[in-house]
Amino acid sequence: MGVVRDNLDVFLLGMRTTVLLTVLSYAAALVIGTVVAACRVSPVPPLRAAGTAYVGVVRNTPLAVLIILFFSGLPDAGVIVQSRFVSAVIVLSAYTGAFVAEALRAGVNSVSRGQAEAARALGLTFPQVLWLVVIPQAFRTVVAPLGSIFIALIKNSSLAALISVHELAFTTQELLNETARPIPVFAGAAAAYLALALPSGVAVARLERALAIRR
Amino acid sequence: MTATAFADGLGPRGRRRVLVATVVSSLLLAALVAAGLRRLQANGQLRAENWRPFTDVRVLRFFLGGMINTMRAAGAAMVLALATGGLLALARLARTRWLRWPATAYVELFRGLPLYVLILFCGFGLPALDIHPGPFRALVLALTLYNGAVLAEIFRAGILSLDRGQSEAAFSLGLVYRQAMAYVVVPQAVRRMVPAIVSQLVTLLKDTSLGVAIFYEELLSRARINAVFTQRTLPSLAVVAVVYIVLNATLSRVASRLEARQRRRYGAGRIAVRGVEDLAVTTAKGAAAVEGDGLT
Repeated sequence: MGVVRDNLDVFLLGMRTTVLLTVLSYAAALVIGTVVAACRVSPVPPLRAAGTAYVGVVRNTPLAVLIILFFSGLPDAGVIVQSRFVSAVIVLSAYTGAFVAEALRAGVNSVSRGQAEAARALGLTFPQVLWLVVIPQAFRTVVAPLGSIFIALIKNSSLAALISVHELAFTTQELLNETARPIPVFAGAAAAYLALALPSGVAVARLERALAIRR
Repeated sequence: MTATAFADGLGPRGRRRVLVATVVSSLLLAALVAAGLRRLQANGQLRAENWRPFTDVRVLRFFLGGMINTMRAAGAAMVLALATGGLLALARLARTRWLRWPATAYVELFRGLPLYVLILFCGFGLPALDIHPGPFRALVLALTLYNGAVLAEIFRAGILSLDRGQSEAAFSLGLVYRQAMAYVVVPQAVRRMVPAIVSQLVTLLKDTSLGVAIFYEELLSRARINAVFTQRTLPSLAVVAVVYIVLNATLSRVASRLEARQRRRYGAGRIAVRGVEDLAVTTAKGAAAVEGDGLT
Protein backbone atom coordinates (compact mmCIF):
# COMPACT_ATOMS: atom_id res chain seq x y z
CA MET A 1 0.00 0.00 0.00
CA GLY A 2 3.05 2.25 -0.18
CA VAL A 3 1.75 3.78 -3.37
CA VAL A 4 -1.44 4.87 -1.68
CA ARG A 5 0.39 6.26 1.33
CA ASP A 6 2.73 8.25 -0.89
CA ASN A 7 -0.17 9.63 -2.85
CA LEU A 8 -2.58 10.09 0.00
CA ASP A 9 -2.87 13.83 -0.62
CA VAL A 10 -3.75 13.25 -4.27
CA PHE A 11 -6.37 10.69 -3.30
CA LEU A 12 -7.89 13.03 -0.73
CA LEU A 13 -8.00 15.84 -3.24
CA GLY A 14 -9.74 13.54 -5.70
CA MET A 15 -12.21 12.52 -3.03
CA ARG A 16 -12.94 16.14 -2.27
CA THR A 17 -13.76 16.82 -5.91
CA THR A 18 -15.91 13.70 -6.08
CA VAL A 19 -17.86 14.83 -3.02
CA LEU A 20 -18.31 18.32 -4.45
CA LEU A 21 -19.44 16.96 -7.81
CA THR A 22 -21.89 14.61 -6.14
CA VAL A 23 -23.39 17.07 -3.70
CA LEU A 24 -23.77 19.94 -6.16
CA SER A 25 -25.20 17.70 -8.88
CA TYR A 26 -27.58 16.07 -6.46
CA ALA A 27 -28.92 19.38 -5.25
CA ALA A 28 -29.47 20.53 -8.83
CA ALA A 29 -30.94 17.15 -9.80
CA LEU A 30 -33.52 17.42 -7.03
CA VAL A 31 -34.66 20.75 -8.45
CA ILE A 32 -34.71 19.51 -12.05
CA GLY A 33 -36.39 16.27 -11.04
CA THR A 34 -39.09 18.07 -9.09
CA VAL A 35 -39.89 20.37 -12.00
CA VAL A 36 -39.95 17.51 -14.51
CA ALA A 37 -42.05 15.31 -12.25
CA ALA A 38 -44.47 18.19 -11.70
CA CYS A 39 -44.76 18.53 -15.48
CA ARG A 40 -45.35 14.81 -15.89
CA VAL A 41 -48.19 14.63 -13.38
CA SER A 42 -49.76 17.94 -14.36
CA PRO A 43 -53.03 17.97 -16.30
CA VAL A 44 -51.46 20.13 -19.02
CA PRO A 45 -50.77 18.01 -22.12
CA PRO A 46 -47.76 19.89 -23.59
CA LEU A 47 -45.99 19.91 -20.22
CA ARG A 48 -46.65 16.21 -19.79
CA ALA A 49 -45.28 15.51 -23.25
CA ALA A 50 -42.20 17.64 -22.61
CA GLY A 51 -41.55 15.88 -19.30
CA THR A 52 -41.95 12.46 -20.88
CA ALA A 53 -39.66 13.38 -23.75
CA TYR A 54 -37.00 14.68 -21.38
CA VAL A 55 -37.00 11.55 -19.27
CA GLY A 56 -37.08 9.29 -22.31
CA VAL A 57 -34.16 10.97 -24.02
CA VAL A 58 -31.96 11.38 -20.99
CA ARG A 59 -32.55 7.94 -19.54
CA ASN A 60 -31.90 6.15 -22.78
CA THR A 61 -28.65 7.92 -23.58
CA PRO A 62 -25.49 6.66 -21.89
CA LEU A 63 -24.06 9.15 -19.44
CA ALA A 64 -20.69 8.91 -21.17
CA VAL A 65 -22.29 10.05 -24.44
CA LEU A 66 -24.03 12.95 -22.70
CA ILE A 67 -20.86 14.13 -21.01
CA ILE A 68 -18.77 14.01 -24.17
CA LEU A 69 -21.60 15.48 -26.25
CA PHE A 70 -21.94 18.38 -23.85
CA PHE A 71 -18.27 19.09 -23.47
CA SER A 72 -16.95 18.59 -26.98
CA GLY A 73 -20.11 18.63 -29.11
CA LEU A 74 -22.04 21.65 -27.92
CA PRO A 75 -19.22 24.15 -28.54
CA ASP A 76 -20.04 23.50 -32.21
CA ALA A 77 -23.39 25.10 -31.51
CA GLY A 78 -21.84 27.99 -29.68
CA VAL A 79 -22.63 26.66 -26.22
CA ILE A 80 -19.30 26.84 -24.47
CA VAL A 81 -18.79 26.15 -20.80
CA GLN A 82 -15.16 26.81 -19.99
CA SER A 83 -14.93 24.93 -16.73
CA ARG A 84 -14.78 21.14 -16.98
CA PHE A 85 -16.04 20.87 -13.44
CA VAL A 86 -19.10 22.99 -14.19
CA SER A 87 -19.75 21.00 -17.36
CA ALA A 88 -19.65 17.78 -15.36
CA VAL A 89 -22.04 19.20 -12.76
CA ILE A 90 -24.48 20.32 -15.46
CA VAL A 91 -24.54 16.95 -17.22
CA LEU A 92 -24.65 14.92 -14.01
CA SER A 93 -27.55 16.95 -12.70
CA ALA A 94 -29.45 16.82 -15.97
CA TYR A 95 -28.95 13.04 -16.10
CA THR A 96 -29.73 12.37 -12.46
CA GLY A 97 -32.67 14.76 -12.64
CA ALA A 98 -34.46 12.38 -15.01
CA PHE A 99 -34.14 9.56 -12.50
CA VAL A 100 -35.22 11.80 -9.65
CA ALA A 101 -38.26 12.76 -11.72
CA GLU A 102 -39.16 9.12 -12.23
CA ALA A 103 -38.77 8.37 -8.54
CA LEU A 104 -40.94 11.35 -7.62
CA ARG A 105 -43.57 10.48 -10.19
CA ALA A 106 -43.77 6.93 -8.86
CA GLY A 107 -44.12 8.44 -5.40
CA VAL A 108 -46.90 10.78 -6.45
CA ASN A 109 -48.72 7.94 -8.18
CA SER A 110 -48.41 5.87 -5.03
CA VAL A 111 -50.57 8.36 -3.13
CA SER A 112 -54.09 7.14 -3.41
CA ARG A 113 -56.48 9.15 -5.52
CA GLY A 114 -58.86 9.56 -2.64
CA GLN A 115 -56.35 11.88 -1.00
CA ALA A 116 -56.34 14.30 -3.90
CA GLU A 117 -60.09 14.03 -4.33
CA ALA A 118 -60.66 14.75 -0.68
CA ALA A 119 -58.33 17.73 -0.86
CA ARG A 120 -60.18 19.10 -3.86
CA ALA A 121 -63.49 18.48 -2.17
CA LEU A 122 -62.22 20.73 0.62
CA GLY A 123 -61.70 23.44 -1.99
CA LEU A 124 -57.91 23.35 -2.27
CA THR A 125 -56.50 24.51 -5.58
CA PHE A 126 -54.23 22.35 -7.72
CA PRO A 127 -50.96 23.74 -6.31
CA GLN A 128 -52.33 23.36 -2.80
CA VAL A 129 -53.38 19.78 -3.46
CA LEU A 130 -49.91 19.08 -4.79
CA TRP A 131 -47.83 20.82 -2.15
CA LEU A 132 -49.91 20.33 0.96
CA VAL A 133 -51.43 16.91 0.49
CA VAL A 134 -49.77 14.79 -2.16
CA ILE A 135 -46.08 15.73 -1.94
CA PRO A 136 -45.68 15.33 1.82
CA GLN A 137 -47.08 11.82 1.54
CA ALA A 138 -45.21 10.98 -1.63
CA PHE A 139 -41.96 12.17 -0.07
CA ARG A 140 -41.90 9.31 2.41
CA THR A 141 -42.16 6.64 -0.24
CA VAL A 142 -39.41 8.22 -2.33
CA VAL A 143 -36.77 8.52 0.37
CA ALA A 144 -35.35 5.07 -0.38
CA PRO A 145 -35.15 5.49 -4.16
CA LEU A 146 -33.74 9.01 -3.76
CA GLY A 147 -31.11 7.54 -1.46
CA SER A 148 -30.18 4.92 -4.04
CA ILE A 149 -29.98 7.67 -6.64
CA PHE A 150 -27.55 9.58 -4.43
CA ILE A 151 -25.32 6.55 -4.02
CA ALA A 152 -25.47 5.84 -7.74
CA LEU A 153 -24.50 9.47 -8.34
CA ILE A 154 -21.35 9.03 -6.26
CA LYS A 155 -20.40 6.26 -8.65
CA ASN A 156 -21.59 8.07 -11.75
CA SER A 157 -19.54 11.14 -10.89
CA SER A 158 -16.53 9.02 -11.90
CA LEU A 159 -17.46 9.65 -15.53
CA ALA A 160 -16.34 13.25 -15.10
CA ALA A 161 -12.91 11.72 -15.59
CA LEU A 162 -13.84 11.38 -19.27
CA ILE A 163 -13.46 15.14 -19.59
CA SER A 164 -10.44 15.24 -17.26
CA VAL A 165 -12.07 16.57 -14.12
CA HIS A 166 -9.59 15.72 -11.38
CA GLU A 167 -11.84 13.58 -9.24
CA LEU A 168 -11.26 10.18 -7.72
CA ALA A 169 -11.50 8.10 -10.90
CA PHE A 170 -9.19 10.46 -12.76
CA THR A 171 -6.69 10.26 -9.92
CA THR A 172 -6.95 6.48 -10.08
CA GLN A 173 -6.38 6.55 -13.81
CA GLU A 174 -3.30 8.74 -13.44
CA LEU A 175 -1.82 6.62 -10.70
CA LEU A 176 -2.51 3.44 -12.68
CA ASN A 177 -0.56 4.88 -15.57
CA GLU A 178 2.25 6.40 -13.52
CA THR A 179 3.00 3.81 -10.88
CA ALA A 180 2.49 0.45 -12.59
CA ARG A 181 1.26 -0.81 -9.22
CA PRO A 182 -2.36 -1.49 -10.13
CA ILE A 183 -3.42 -3.60 -7.15
CA PRO A 184 -2.70 -1.10 -4.36
CA VAL A 185 -4.01 1.80 -6.47
CA PHE A 186 -7.21 -0.08 -7.21
CA ALA A 187 -7.59 -1.06 -3.56
CA GLY A 188 -7.10 2.57 -2.57
CA ALA A 189 -9.73 3.74 -5.03
CA ALA A 190 -12.13 1.03 -3.88
CA ALA A 191 -11.61 2.00 -0.25
CA ALA A 192 -12.16 5.67 -1.07
CA TYR A 193 -15.41 5.02 -2.94
CA LEU A 194 -16.69 2.67 -0.28
CA ALA A 195 -15.79 5.26 2.35
CA LEU A 196 -18.17 7.61 0.55
CA ALA A 197 -20.91 5.15 -0.35
CA LEU A 198 -21.24 3.15 2.86
CA PRO A 199 -21.91 6.08 5.24
CA SER A 200 -24.39 7.45 2.71
CA GLY A 201 -26.16 4.10 2.71
CA VAL A 202 -26.34 4.07 6.49
CA ALA A 203 -27.61 7.66 6.55
CA VAL A 204 -30.32 6.87 4.00
CA ALA A 205 -31.47 3.84 5.95
CA ARG A 206 -31.63 5.93 9.11
CA LEU A 207 -33.55 8.73 7.40
CA GLU A 208 -35.94 6.20 6.00
CA ARG A 209 -36.62 4.75 9.43
CA ALA A 210 -37.06 8.22 10.91
CA LEU A 211 -39.61 9.24 8.30
CA ALA A 212 -41.53 5.97 8.16
CA ILE A 213 -45.12 6.29 9.25
CA ARG A 214 -46.16 3.83 11.86
CA ARG A 215 -49.68 2.81 11.21
CA MET B 1 -51.52 6.73 -18.27
CA THR B 2 -53.84 9.66 -18.32
CA ALA B 3 -55.26 9.42 -14.85
CA THR B 4 -53.02 10.76 -12.20
CA ALA B 5 -54.65 11.94 -9.05
CA PHE B 6 -55.29 15.34 -10.61
CA ALA B 7 -56.41 14.92 -14.15
CA ASP B 8 -59.90 13.71 -13.52
CA GLY B 9 -63.13 15.50 -13.02
CA LEU B 10 -62.04 19.10 -13.37
CA GLY B 11 -64.74 21.71 -13.11
CA PRO B 12 -65.30 24.44 -15.69
CA ARG B 13 -62.81 26.75 -14.03
CA GLY B 14 -60.20 24.02 -13.78
CA ARG B 15 -60.68 23.15 -17.43
CA ARG B 16 -60.29 26.78 -18.38
CA ARG B 17 -57.08 27.02 -16.40
CA VAL B 18 -55.72 23.89 -18.02
CA LEU B 19 -56.56 25.37 -21.40
CA VAL B 20 -54.72 28.60 -20.58
CA ALA B 21 -51.76 26.65 -19.21
CA THR B 22 -51.75 24.52 -22.35
CA VAL B 23 -51.59 27.53 -24.62
CA VAL B 24 -48.97 29.32 -22.53
CA SER B 25 -46.75 26.27 -22.10
CA SER B 26 -47.05 25.39 -25.79
CA LEU B 27 -45.83 28.87 -26.68
CA LEU B 28 -42.98 28.64 -24.17
CA LEU B 29 -41.89 25.23 -25.38
CA ALA B 30 -42.10 26.37 -28.99
CA ALA B 31 -39.97 29.39 -28.12
CA LEU B 32 -37.45 27.12 -26.44
CA VAL B 33 -37.22 24.84 -29.47
CA ALA B 34 -36.98 27.85 -31.77
CA ALA B 35 -34.17 29.33 -29.69
CA GLY B 36 -32.31 26.02 -29.84
CA LEU B 37 -32.75 25.77 -33.59
CA ARG B 38 -31.68 29.35 -34.10
CA ARG B 39 -28.58 28.65 -32.07
CA LEU B 40 -27.76 25.68 -34.29
CA GLN B 41 -28.56 27.71 -37.39
CA ALA B 42 -26.38 30.61 -36.30
CA ASN B 43 -23.46 28.26 -35.90
CA GLY B 44 -24.06 26.60 -39.23
CA GLN B 45 -25.05 23.27 -37.72
CA LEU B 46 -28.21 22.94 -39.76
CA ARG B 47 -26.63 23.23 -43.19
CA ALA B 48 -26.99 20.05 -45.19
CA GLU B 49 -23.29 20.12 -45.93
CA ASN B 50 -22.61 19.62 -42.22
CA TRP B 51 -24.44 16.30 -42.28
CA ARG B 52 -23.20 15.13 -45.65
CA PRO B 53 -20.51 12.82 -44.24
CA PHE B 54 -23.30 10.68 -42.83
CA THR B 55 -24.50 9.83 -46.31
CA ASP B 56 -21.08 8.50 -47.20
CA VAL B 57 -21.10 4.71 -47.24
CA ARG B 58 -17.66 4.51 -45.67
CA VAL B 59 -18.70 6.64 -42.72
CA LEU B 60 -21.86 4.65 -42.31
CA ARG B 61 -19.91 1.43 -42.41
CA PHE B 62 -17.52 2.82 -39.81
CA PHE B 63 -20.44 3.61 -37.50
CA LEU B 64 -22.08 0.26 -38.19
CA GLY B 65 -18.84 -1.47 -37.25
CA GLY B 66 -18.83 0.47 -33.99
CA MET B 67 -22.37 -0.61 -33.32
CA ILE B 68 -21.46 -4.23 -33.98
CA ASN B 69 -18.57 -3.92 -31.54
CA THR B 70 -20.95 -2.45 -28.97
CA MET B 71 -23.34 -5.35 -29.49
CA ARG B 72 -20.56 -7.92 -29.29
CA ALA B 73 -19.26 -6.60 -25.99
CA ALA B 74 -22.77 -6.21 -24.61
CA GLY B 75 -23.83 -9.68 -25.73
CA ALA B 76 -20.80 -11.43 -24.28
CA ALA B 77 -21.03 -9.49 -21.02
CA MET B 78 -24.77 -10.17 -20.71
CA VAL B 79 -24.33 -13.94 -20.95
CA LEU B 80 -21.38 -13.98 -18.57
CA ALA B 81 -22.96 -11.58 -16.10
CA LEU B 82 -26.21 -13.56 -15.97
CA ALA B 83 -24.26 -16.73 -15.23
CA THR B 84 -22.07 -15.02 -12.64
CA GLY B 85 -25.06 -13.34 -11.04
CA GLY B 86 -27.00 -16.60 -10.82
CA LEU B 87 -24.13 -18.44 -9.18
CA LEU B 88 -23.44 -15.58 -6.78
CA ALA B 89 -27.09 -15.39 -5.76
CA LEU B 90 -27.18 -19.10 -5.03
CA ALA B 91 -23.94 -18.81 -3.09
CA ARG B 92 -25.34 -15.92 -1.06
CA LEU B 93 -28.37 -17.96 -0.16
CA ALA B 94 -26.38 -21.12 0.57
CA ARG B 95 -26.57 -22.57 4.02
CA THR B 96 -22.83 -22.91 4.46
CA ARG B 97 -21.10 -19.73 5.42
CA TRP B 98 -18.04 -20.71 3.38
CA LEU B 99 -20.05 -19.87 0.33
CA ARG B 100 -22.25 -17.19 1.79
CA TRP B 101 -19.60 -14.89 3.18
CA PRO B 102 -17.29 -14.65 0.20
CA ALA B 103 -20.25 -14.15 -2.11
CA THR B 104 -21.66 -11.41 0.11
CA ALA B 105 -18.28 -9.70 0.28
CA TYR B 106 -17.92 -9.89 -3.49
CA VAL B 107 -21.37 -8.48 -4.17
CA GLU B 108 -21.04 -5.64 -1.68
CA LEU B 109 -17.60 -4.68 -2.96
CA PHE B 110 -18.30 -4.71 -6.68
CA ARG B 111 -21.71 -3.12 -6.40
CA GLY B 112 -20.19 -0.25 -4.46
CA LEU B 113 -17.47 0.51 -6.98
CA PRO B 114 -17.95 2.69 -10.02
CA LEU B 115 -17.92 0.56 -13.15
CA TYR B 116 -15.61 3.14 -14.69
CA VAL B 117 -12.87 2.44 -12.15
CA LEU B 118 -13.29 -1.28 -12.73
CA ILE B 119 -12.90 -0.76 -16.47
CA LEU B 120 -9.76 1.30 -15.91
CA PHE B 121 -8.36 -1.47 -13.75
CA CYS B 122 -9.07 -4.15 -16.34
CA GLY B 123 -7.87 -2.00 -19.22
CA PHE B 124 -4.79 -0.33 -17.74
CA GLY B 125 -4.13 -2.15 -14.46
CA LEU B 126 -3.97 -5.73 -15.69
CA PRO B 127 -1.37 -5.02 -18.40
CA ALA B 128 0.90 -3.69 -15.67
CA LEU B 129 0.62 -7.13 -14.06
CA ASP B 130 1.62 -8.65 -17.35
CA ILE B 131 -1.90 -9.80 -18.14
CA HIS B 132 -2.91 -8.53 -21.55
CA PRO B 133 -6.59 -9.11 -22.18
CA GLY B 134 -6.93 -6.53 -24.93
CA PRO B 135 -9.67 -3.88 -24.90
CA PHE B 136 -12.55 -6.22 -25.81
CA ARG B 137 -11.87 -8.76 -23.11
CA ALA B 138 -10.98 -6.11 -20.57
CA LEU B 139 -14.31 -4.37 -21.15
CA VAL B 140 -16.29 -7.62 -21.04
CA LEU B 141 -14.48 -8.68 -17.87
CA ALA B 142 -15.23 -5.39 -16.11
CA LEU B 143 -18.86 -5.41 -17.23
CA THR B 144 -19.23 -8.99 -16.03
CA LEU B 145 -17.63 -8.37 -12.64
CA TYR B 146 -19.88 -5.39 -12.00
CA ASN B 147 -23.16 -6.57 -13.47
CA GLY B 148 -22.69 -10.03 -11.98
CA ALA B 149 -22.85 -8.39 -8.55
CA VAL B 150 -25.87 -6.26 -9.43
CA LEU B 151 -27.75 -9.16 -11.03
CA ALA B 152 -26.94 -11.35 -8.03
CA GLU B 153 -28.80 -8.83 -5.87
CA ILE B 154 -31.77 -8.85 -8.24
CA PHE B 155 -31.87 -12.66 -8.30
CA ARG B 156 -31.56 -12.84 -4.55
CA ALA B 157 -34.33 -10.33 -4.05
CA GLY B 158 -36.52 -12.34 -6.42
CA ILE B 159 -35.88 -15.57 -4.58
CA LEU B 160 -36.46 -13.98 -1.19
CA SER B 161 -39.64 -12.31 -2.42
CA LEU B 162 -41.17 -15.72 -2.95
CA ASP B 163 -43.50 -16.82 -0.22
CA ARG B 164 -41.79 -19.07 2.31
CA GLY B 165 -44.67 -21.47 1.98
CA GLN B 166 -43.37 -22.43 -1.45
CA SER B 167 -40.10 -23.84 -0.18
CA GLU B 168 -41.73 -25.21 2.96
CA ALA B 169 -44.24 -27.07 0.85
CA ALA B 170 -41.44 -28.40 -1.33
CA PHE B 171 -39.52 -29.63 1.71
CA SER B 172 -42.60 -31.23 3.18
CA LEU B 173 -43.06 -33.11 -0.06
CA GLY B 174 -39.65 -34.60 0.57
CA LEU B 175 -37.61 -32.55 -1.89
CA VAL B 176 -34.09 -31.80 -0.78
CA TYR B 177 -32.72 -28.25 -0.83
CA ARG B 178 -31.30 -28.57 -4.31
CA GLN B 179 -34.53 -29.97 -5.75
CA ALA B 180 -36.65 -27.38 -3.99
CA MET B 181 -34.49 -24.65 -5.46
CA ALA B 182 -34.33 -26.13 -8.94
CA TYR B 183 -37.97 -27.16 -9.39
CA VAL B 184 -39.95 -24.82 -7.15
CA VAL B 185 -38.19 -21.65 -6.09
CA VAL B 186 -35.95 -20.61 -8.99
CA PRO B 187 -38.49 -21.08 -11.81
CA GLN B 188 -41.02 -18.91 -10.03
CA ALA B 189 -38.47 -16.33 -8.97
CA VAL B 190 -37.03 -15.98 -12.46
CA ARG B 191 -40.44 -15.11 -13.89
CA ARG B 192 -40.92 -12.39 -11.36
CA MET B 193 -37.51 -10.95 -12.02
CA VAL B 194 -37.70 -10.64 -15.78
CA PRO B 195 -38.46 -6.90 -15.85
CA ALA B 196 -35.68 -6.09 -13.37
CA ILE B 197 -33.23 -8.24 -15.27
CA VAL B 198 -34.11 -6.70 -18.61
CA SER B 199 -33.70 -3.17 -17.31
CA GLN B 200 -30.32 -4.08 -15.87
CA LEU B 201 -29.33 -5.52 -19.24
CA VAL B 202 -30.37 -2.26 -20.91
CA THR B 203 -28.08 -0.51 -18.43
CA LEU B 204 -25.30 -2.89 -19.38
CA LEU B 205 -25.79 -2.03 -23.03
CA LYS B 206 -25.50 1.68 -22.22
CA ASP B 207 -22.44 1.02 -20.10
CA THR B 208 -20.51 -0.51 -22.99
CA SER B 209 -19.98 3.12 -24.03
CA LEU B 210 -17.44 3.31 -21.20
CA GLY B 211 -15.20 1.23 -23.42
CA VAL B 212 -14.22 4.60 -24.83
CA ALA B 213 -11.93 5.02 -21.82
CA ILE B 214 -9.79 2.01 -22.71
CA PHE B 215 -9.84 2.55 -26.48
CA TYR B 216 -12.28 -0.21 -27.31
CA GLU B 217 -13.73 0.79 -30.66
CA GLU B 218 -17.39 0.76 -29.85
CA LEU B 219 -19.94 3.25 -31.12
CA LEU B 220 -18.89 6.20 -28.97
CA SER B 221 -15.17 5.73 -29.65
CA ARG B 222 -15.78 5.55 -33.36
CA ALA B 223 -17.97 8.65 -33.22
CA ARG B 224 -15.10 10.49 -31.56
CA ILE B 225 -12.67 9.29 -34.18
CA ASN B 226 -15.10 10.33 -36.89
CA ALA B 227 -15.48 13.71 -35.21
CA VAL B 228 -11.76 14.30 -35.45
CA PHE B 229 -11.57 13.20 -39.07
CA THR B 230 -14.56 15.07 -40.39
CA GLN B 231 -14.26 18.05 -38.05
CA ARG B 232 -17.92 17.59 -37.18
CA THR B 233 -18.17 16.82 -33.50
CA LEU B 234 -21.76 17.69 -32.76
CA PRO B 235 -23.32 15.67 -35.60
CA SER B 236 -21.15 12.62 -34.89
CA LEU B 237 -22.06 12.52 -31.22
CA ALA B 238 -25.70 13.35 -31.90
CA VAL B 239 -25.90 10.31 -34.17
CA VAL B 240 -24.60 8.12 -31.33
CA ALA B 241 -27.16 9.55 -28.92
CA VAL B 242 -29.98 8.89 -31.38
CA VAL B 243 -28.82 5.32 -32.00
CA TYR B 244 -28.74 4.61 -28.28
CA ILE B 245 -32.14 6.18 -27.70
CA VAL B 246 -33.73 4.10 -30.45
CA LEU B 247 -31.97 0.93 -29.30
CA ASN B 248 -32.88 1.32 -25.66
CA ALA B 249 -36.42 2.48 -26.29
CA THR B 250 -36.95 -0.64 -28.42
CA LEU B 251 -35.48 -2.88 -25.74
CA SER B 252 -37.58 -1.25 -23.05
CA ARG B 253 -40.68 -1.73 -25.15
CA VAL B 254 -39.87 -5.39 -25.64
CA ALA B 255 -39.36 -5.64 -21.91
CA SER B 256 -42.70 -4.12 -21.02
CA ARG B 257 -44.39 -6.35 -23.58
CA LEU B 258 -42.74 -9.35 -21.95
CA GLU B 259 -43.89 -8.14 -18.61
CA ALA B 260 -47.48 -7.73 -19.73
CA ARG B 261 -47.47 -11.22 -21.21
CA GLN B 262 -45.99 -12.51 -18.01
CA ARG B 263 -48.78 -11.04 -15.98
CA ARG B 264 -51.47 -12.32 -18.32
CA ARG B 265 -50.06 -15.82 -18.29
CA TYR B 266 -49.08 -16.38 -14.73
CA GLY B 267 -50.94 -13.67 -12.95
CA ALA B 268 -47.67 -13.08 -11.18
CA GLY B 269 -47.23 -9.79 -9.46
CA ARG B 270 -43.91 -8.27 -10.20
CA ILE B 271 -41.56 -7.74 -7.36
CA ALA B 272 -40.52 -4.29 -6.36
CA VAL B 273 -37.13 -4.25 -8.02
CA ARG B 274 -38.41 -3.02 -11.34
CA GLY B 275 -36.24 -0.02 -11.47
CA VAL B 276 -34.89 3.02 -9.90
CA GLU B 277 -38.45 4.08 -9.15
CA ASP B 278 -38.75 1.46 -6.51
CA LEU B 279 -35.45 0.13 -5.49
CA ALA B 280 -36.17 -0.88 -1.99
CA VAL B 281 -37.05 -4.51 -1.66
CA THR B 282 -38.27 -5.54 1.69
CA THR B 283 -37.11 -9.05 2.21
CA ALA B 284 -37.44 -11.52 5.00
CA LYS B 285 -34.03 -10.45 6.21
CA GLY B 286 -34.70 -6.73 6.22
CA ALA B 287 -34.38 -4.22 3.49
CA ALA B 288 -32.09 -4.91 0.59
CA ALA B 289 -31.67 -2.14 -1.91
CA VAL B 290 -31.41 -3.34 -5.43
CA GLU B 291 -30.25 -1.25 -8.31
CA GLY B 292 -31.44 -1.48 -11.81
CA ASP B 293 -32.74 0.55 -14.60
CA GLY B 294 -30.20 2.68 -16.18
CA LEU B 295 -28.79 4.72 -13.41
CA THR B 296 -25.44 3.08 -12.83
